[in-house]
This record gives sequence, C-alpha cells and structure tokens, in this order.
Amino acid sequence: MQAKGTVFKYGDNVDTDVIIPARYLNTQDAKELAMHTMEDIDADYVKKVKPGDIMVGGWNFGCGSSREHAPLVIKTSGASVVIAKSFARIFYRNAINIGLPIMECEEAADAIQAGDTVSVNFDTGRITDETTGQTFQAAPFPEFIQNMIKAGGLMNSIKEKQ
Amino acid sequence: MGMTMTQKILAAHAGLPEVTAGQLINAKLDLVHGNDITTPVAINEFEKAGFTEVFDKEKVSIVLDHFVPNKDIKSATQSKQCRLFAGAQGVTHFYDVGTMGIEHALLPEKGIVGAGDCVIGADSHTCTYGALGAFSTGVGSTDMAAGMASGYAWFKVPSAIKVVLTGKLNERVSGKDVILYLIGKIGVDGALYKSLEFVGEGVKELSMDDRFCICNMAIEAGAKNGIFPVDEKTVEYMDGRTERPYTVYEADEDAVYDETIEINLSELVPTVSWPHLPENTHPASEGSDIKIDQIVIGSCTNGRIEDMEAAYEILNGKKIAPWVRGIIIPATMEVFKECIKRGYATAFIDAGCIISTPTCGPCLGGYMGILAEGERCVSTTNRNFVGRMGHVKSEVYLASPATAAASALTGYITDPRTIGKEN
Repeated sequence: MQAKGTVFKYGDNVDTDVIIPARYLNTQDAKELAMHTMEDIDADYVKKVKPGDIMVGGWNFGCGSSREHAPLVIKTSGASVVIAKSFARIFYRNAINIGLPIMECEEAADAIQAGDTVSVNFDTGRITDETTGQTFQAAPFPEFIQNMIKAGGLMNSIKEKQ
Repeated sequence: MGMTMTQKILAAHAGLPEVTAGQLINAKLDLVHGNDITTPVAINEFEKAGFTEVFDKEKVSIVLDHFVPNKDIKSATQSKQCRLFAGAQGVTHFYDVGTMGIEHALLPEKGIVGAGDCVIGADSHTCTYGALGAFSTGVGSTDMAAGMASGYAWFKVPSAIKVVLTGKLNERVSGKDVILYLIGKIGVDGALYKSLEFVGEGVKELSMDDRFCICNMAIEAGAKNGIFPVDEKTVEYMDGRTERPYTVYEADEDAVYDETIEINLSELVPTVSWPHLPENTHPASEGSDIKIDQIVIGSCTNGRIEDMEAAYEILNGKKIAPWVRGIIIPATMEVFKECIKRGYATAFIDAGCIISTPTCGPCLGGYMGILAEGERCVSTTNRNFVGRMGHVKSEVYLASPATAAASALTGYITDPRTIGKEN
C-alpha cells in the first residue's frame, strides 16, 4: 500500500485539543468534526488539504486527551498518514484502532519540509521526499500490531477470537 | 528479574508468572469505563461489530460528566444514547445527573475501583486510580468497545520511572504542586509509555486526595500510569467503599527501573504551569505581575473535599478581586453536600464566587466558564494547551486550589502562603 501527497508540518507536542477542540465533541459525525481539524493551530489546513496529503509532527504527537475523534478527523480530512518523531501512547493505540496509518521516524520528521511532496510505502516503511530526493526508513510495527491491522482493526481481531 | 508494582498487576491479570518491559500481553479487566463524550463512539463500534451484550454488566461503568447537565441538543443526544445503552445492558455503574460526579473523583469515592485492579477507561485521566494501588490507564473509544465486548485489553508492558518521595509538604503546598514540579522536571513526554511509580518515606505524608491528584496528571508527563503503594491510608479510604475484595501488590525489591528521581517534599513551593504546556512550571511567586480574569477550582484533578477545604481556608471571610470571576466546582455530589455541611458553600458565595453542579465543563473548554480572547484563568485543572478553555488567544495557568484561591483574592497570580488566616 502506498500514499503520496503534500506535507503539512507541525512542531512538538501537537495535542488532541488542537487536533479537534473539545467544543466540537458534542457530535460523533466524522465529516462534521473533520471540518475543524487542526483549527486552533492552522485554520487553513482544512481549506488546503487534499486526499492523500501527509501530516508531519515532532515529538509526542497527539498528547493530551483520549479522544479517538483526533485520529478520526485527521483521517476523515483526507490525510493518508502521520509521520512523527514519537506519538503519545493513547493516540498511537487510537490511530491503529481506527485505521489511520502512523509512522515513527525522527530523521524524516526533521528533514521533510512543509509543502514537500512525499510518498510512503506502508509495507516496507519507506518514506521518500520526492522534492529533495531523500529517503528514510520508519520503524516497523510489532508483529502483534501488524496482525491486528491485517485483521481490519481491533474490533475485527476480537471477533475473530470469539 | 524483579517486577515493578505495575508489572506484577499486569502479570496477574494476564495469567502469567512474570512479565518484562516491552512484552505484549492480553490482560483481564476488572473495569471498563467511559464518559458522555467517549461512550457514544464506543457504543457505535460495539454495535457495528455485531456485539449485543457487555462481558459483565458489573464491570462496566458509564459516567455522564463532560457536558451534563446537557449544554445543548447535540450533547443531550449523546447522553441519551449512553442512557439507553446502559439501561438496555443493565450496566450497574451508570451515573446520570443527580448521582453523577466527575468520573475520576466518583469511581474511587463509590468504591468501584480498588487496589490491585486492572482498569481501562476511555478518558485519559483514568490513570487517577493508581492512587489506590491499581493499574489504570486511559484508552480510546474503540478500546473501550473491545473491553466491553471481551473483558480483555492488550498492553505493552511498561518500564518504569521510580519517583522517591522524602520529607513532608509545607503548609499550603499540596499534591498538585508535587505533580506540576515533576512534570516541569521531566517534561510532557518525560515518562512516555512508562509507569511513574511513587515510593519512599514521603508517601505516608501524602493524603489520598494528594495521591489522586498526583496520579491523575501522570498522563501529562506522557505516562501510561501512575501508581502508589498501598498503605494504611489507602486501606482506610477503601474500607466501607470498595465492594469487591482488593489485592495488594508490591514491587519486588530487585525490580528494574529506567531511572530514579528523588523529590524532597519539604523543598517544594506553590507551583504554576504557564501556558501552553504543563511543563512550563514556575514558582507562584513569579506571577505577581500577571493579572487574571477568572479562576476555576474543580475537575478530576482538584475537585475533592481537601481541595475545597484549601480554597475555603483562603477565601473565608474575604472578597475576591472585583474583576475576577470565581468558579468553584465540587467534583461529586458528596463533595458538594460536604461543602454545604461545613459552611464552605456559604463562604464561597460570600467571597464572590459561584458554585456549580459537578461537571468537567470549563476544563476542556466545553461550557461553564469559557474564556474570551486575551483572558487569563488560574485553574486547578490539568491542561493549559492552546484553546483548551476557550479562545485560542486565552491563557490557562495550572495551579493548586490554594494558589487559585489566593490569586482570586488579589486578581494576580499569588503565592497562597502570602495570604493571612482569618478566624
């Protein structure tokens, strides 16, 4: 599986309150929620993002609340993957559970610039900055998590066991 | 190899003689919890996957607390969905307006969680119950759905940071100052994926309310959980509350820790986190030029009776600054009733504050105290991210109840030790 798109780049400690402010959490409608993705730090994001685009963050991406709405709005907004130096642990679980691809790669998160065209290969973990020609290798998921992704997410893997 | 306290609880719940850091396990859950924001999403996932019954109706808890009493039609619709689901499933621990409280104050108070438990909650501050010697961690809604369906959750066994507490807190310094100090020291990802295990002679000097507050904000250092050993104070707190028999686990003497941090409680001062990260800590005394518009005393971090008492000791017989809005939110109906009984409620109102029914409201910028552009709030809540309590150009300063109360009186960030005692 591959994805390719333009990069939106953010800093360290992007928290779930800026990904999707709690004032909008009185609904579960993914499309309605996604209209406010990143609103408090980048009001232009939802106007500019195109399907396949790529979000890049620094350390501790997705810190803060447990709201699953955070990875959900990023996915629904059209972004194909989040590349970061590290992910906050609840966001990491939630992204896998709802099927938002995430990749941990410090070098890529440092080198890739906003506006670059980047392609990723989810099977190999290869990240290519097509604007600069640089390539990077993301850390692979543990086998246990790979199996869960293959099963189609957490709920399906639980069903398979029962 | 020895295990940490957290690892011992996880091993027992995974049915394994031992576990090591990094191991992936499937652990049996004693409680699966959610609130009015996260539960509706979990119900959808539960039903979408074709499940019809929760694994154990005694081991699921749903507390409506974020937007109740409901602030608008949409939030009322979410509450209704939770109410109907809880009713249809016969969920024992369902708390609605009238019996509800802020979830992480309510569940320990009602004895629904206890020592040795393995708990997941679809709310990041679920780590609060570590104060009782439980393993307890925040997850998302799909994990909640899977937990409700199966009674199990997968975990990567965490390594741990050992936090050795010595000494004793000075007057008007509290658990909040301890955890803010620690977050300031290690940073908002200083304990990422790890346990924060609090030990040492200083533990016995901390009240249960201090310990709840400290574990509550473990997530603000990125931790998977925070945990305290079980001592006489823990047992005294649980007796008469906890319905299920509890189990006391202790870390092995040869347990391995990633690092050890020592904190001398006697040296701590009232501490405030400047915007926009909990790690931006300063002594409260450095804030005397920062004029404020609002204070909030409440939340799952600081809405317990000792927090109300700390606020009362400072506000009683005084008036808050005329430009400050004082919002006090007891975390549960029991705490609210106690505030009435002890005369705190009258004192708060006479001081110029309002008292609200329990709600998470302002903490997450939901309602009941939203900030306008340029406004500043000293708040006993847990996060001061951009836009957390309202406008993206508003500011939240995190502090203890004593510091928030003292700041309300002067209208500027104030070290509570500078306020005299009345009566």
